[in-house]
Amino acid sequence: MRKSNNSTRRRFLGIAGSAAVAGAVPLVTLRPAEATPETLAAAIRNVVGGAVVRTGKVKLDIPPLVENGNTVPMTVSVASPMTADDHVKSIHVFNEKNPQPNIANFYLGPQAGRAQISTRIRLADSQKIVAIARLSDDSFWSATVDVVVTLAACTEEVL
Amino acid sequence: MPSALINVPKQAKRGEIVEIKTLMSHIMETGYRRTATGELIPRDIITSFSCRYNGVEIFRADLFPAIAANPFITFFTVATESGKFDFEWIGDKGFSEAASAAIVVE
Repeated sequence: MRKSNNSTRRRFLGIAGSAAVAGAVPLVTLRPAEATPETLAAAIRNVVGGAVVRTGKVKLDIPPLVENGNTVPMTVSVASPMTADDHVKSIHVFNEKNPQPNIANFYLGPQAGRAQISTRIRLADSQKIVAIARLSDDSFWSATVDVVVTLAACTEEVL
Repeated sequence: MPSALINVPKQAKRGEIVEIKTLMSHIMETGYRRTATGELIPRDIITSFSCRYNGVEIFRADLFPAIAANPFITFFTVATESGKFDFEWIGDKGFSEAASAAIVVE
């Protein structure tokens, strides 16, 4: 079976080729640099510093298969009693392949009662989403979800 | 014309955990899209959202271009006393909007 990646590339090359033949207006081929696993790691390092990020406690709810990357519902919840001594200070969400690795930072406290936030995000490609929670004892916990996106957001659009 | 939609329960029992839903109309232009002529469309997003409960900040968020248009954010808080929630959105190009909602706690 032919991969869909391949076919879009072929289609693109076809369009680019015909444009070249026609000698027409140069096609927009420049795409902004994507966030890479390295920039993702750097963005995470900016938040956690040198601390160890453990897997667990965090639950990242996001559809595994997304038709439209322009608006993807996402819920992050953290298993925490949310008391003065033991609560979630902040939740940070990152992605791997959007132009920027950050999605959002949320700051909460014991007054939240429940460590759960929802929002809608954009995804430029099929990729990995990482949610990291900082607890009141300054430990970091994370959850990672792989999402497949069929229609990508933002970068490929031309007005 | 920016407009906000806020959903806060009108009434709650003391100590109850209530959900707050907010939506602000905004294009959230990423700054990565180009026009047909290849020019970058400048970034225009909401960068910060905050919520105060009777003057005390209970929730804050930093937003990036990866947040979808018309940012929708929900979170929770413990209803401690009757009063007011004040919401504030701040963004590029001097964007600044505020909204509020009242709650009665028994």
